Amino acid sequence: MPLCGKYIPPKCRVYGAPYSICTSRVIMTLMEKEVDYELRLLDTAGRDFRILTKEYKEPRYLALQPFGKTPLFQDSEVKMFESRAIIRYIARKHDDHGPHLYGTNEKERTMVDQWLEVEAQNYNPAIAPAVFHLVFAAWFGKIGDIRVINPSLERLEKVLDIYEAQLMKTRYLAGDFFSLADLSHLPFTHLLINHAGKGDLYSKRPFLKAWWEDIFSRPTWLKHLAKAFPHIYYDPNE
Amino acid sequence: MTFQVHGTAPSTCTGRVLIALYEKNVEDFQIVEVDLMKGEHKSPEFLKNQPFGQIPFIVDGDVQLFESRAICRYVAHKYADQGTPLYGATAADAALTEQWLEVEAQNYNGPIAALVFNLVFAPMFGAPRDDAVVAAQTAKLEAVLDVYEQRLSESKFLAGDFFSLADLAHMTYTHYLINMAHQGAMFDSRPHVKAWVAELFARPSYQKWLALPGHLH
Repeated sequence: MPLCGKYIPPKCRVYGAPYSICTSRVIMTLMEKEVDYELRLLDTAGRDFRILTKEYKEPRYLALQPFGKTPLFQDSEVKMFESRAIIRYIARKHDDHGPHLYGTNEKERTMVDQWLEVEAQNYNPAIAPAVFHLVFAAWFGKIGDIRVINPSLERLEKVLDIYEAQLMKTRYLAGDFFSLADLSHLPFTHLLINHAGKGDLYSKRPFLKAWWEDIFSRPTWLKHLAKAFPHIYYDPNE
Repeated sequence: MTFQVHGTAPSTCTGRVLIALYEKNVEDFQIVEVDLMKGEHKSPEFLKNQPFGQIPFIVDGDVQLFESRAICRYVAHKYADQGTPLYGATAADAALTEQWLEVEAQNYNGPIAALVFNLVFAPMFGAPRDDAVVAAQTAKLEAVLDVYEQRLSESKFLAGDFFSLADLAHMTYTHYLINMAHQGAMFDSRPHVKAWVAELFARPSYQKWLALPGHLH
């Protein structure tokens, strides 16, 4: 930001923490679409190893996000929440540049919606408990509950079998193009594989493995990880 | 070629799609009955079309699609020029519609589905009802309804002063919880939520769905 001269505000603002699952989805999408944004650091878990802020519980935040969660997204036209709604909005609004994260026609867009719903309704509920107990528990000085972890992983494996069958037919979930549907899987899957040591669930399914290695190595994802966890990751493309 | 909905009319997720079709003045679709009692949705034939073994899925020409909310979006876009505008009028309207549709999927659906399962379906199948789950999920749903009460004091419907896909997505499960599980008190005690539910249940699309054969009353 210049010290003098006219202040030009960035195009949009994201409230959240870059290492948080849901805020990651939004940041990834903004980076893929090369959209300028400003991050306002808010840690709704209430415990952050860098900054402690309780702004999310304050009435002025709840007036914008009544569930008290992050991310919250704001640009010149909207103020909105729910990460999967935000990423659809960004992909649609900025469709004229960057990768077509929502596909290039009606039929592709429909497939993206389907697999984004699959992620929300089938993948997320299976993986989230495992990651909470295998990864987040330790962040809060707790021990994960094996009675939650094991059924969660069993449920996830059934979903992964279905993904394996789909990825034999298409290079990415919604078709032969990287989309919001694939992107939405990155944050939780990264933690399960790289922080909880459950990579074998993916590596033993060859098409799933190839898909994961592909999306994980996207330059935007590696860049995001390096910024979100600077004490753990570096950006190999820098 | 006919728009085929594979599922069963009274089911919550199939109903969501049917109500969307009715909102768009589409009535010449075909319901292809899937026999849940016989486990048809888990048969190899079915799994080829919907690998998660869930209803509904649709076949519309060369489009085959599952996940009711994805299908609803598809219907809203395909028939954008007729019936109720399910995404409002502007890009900002559409963004808020997506937001509240996600709120339904992420915040409302979880608790209400658990309650409907325990209070309506479990007794039907002679399965035990989990009172701890009912208590916990009721508390969660009531917390969500508190947010809805505040929101609906600011606008007539969730995304704004227009009925949208976001409101639509709530209709079938809310019907089950209020009319079949008789849990209307938590809605009636919140005046704006109560008025909103009354609006939803007054819609012709809802009445048409209710009039389809197969509902248990």
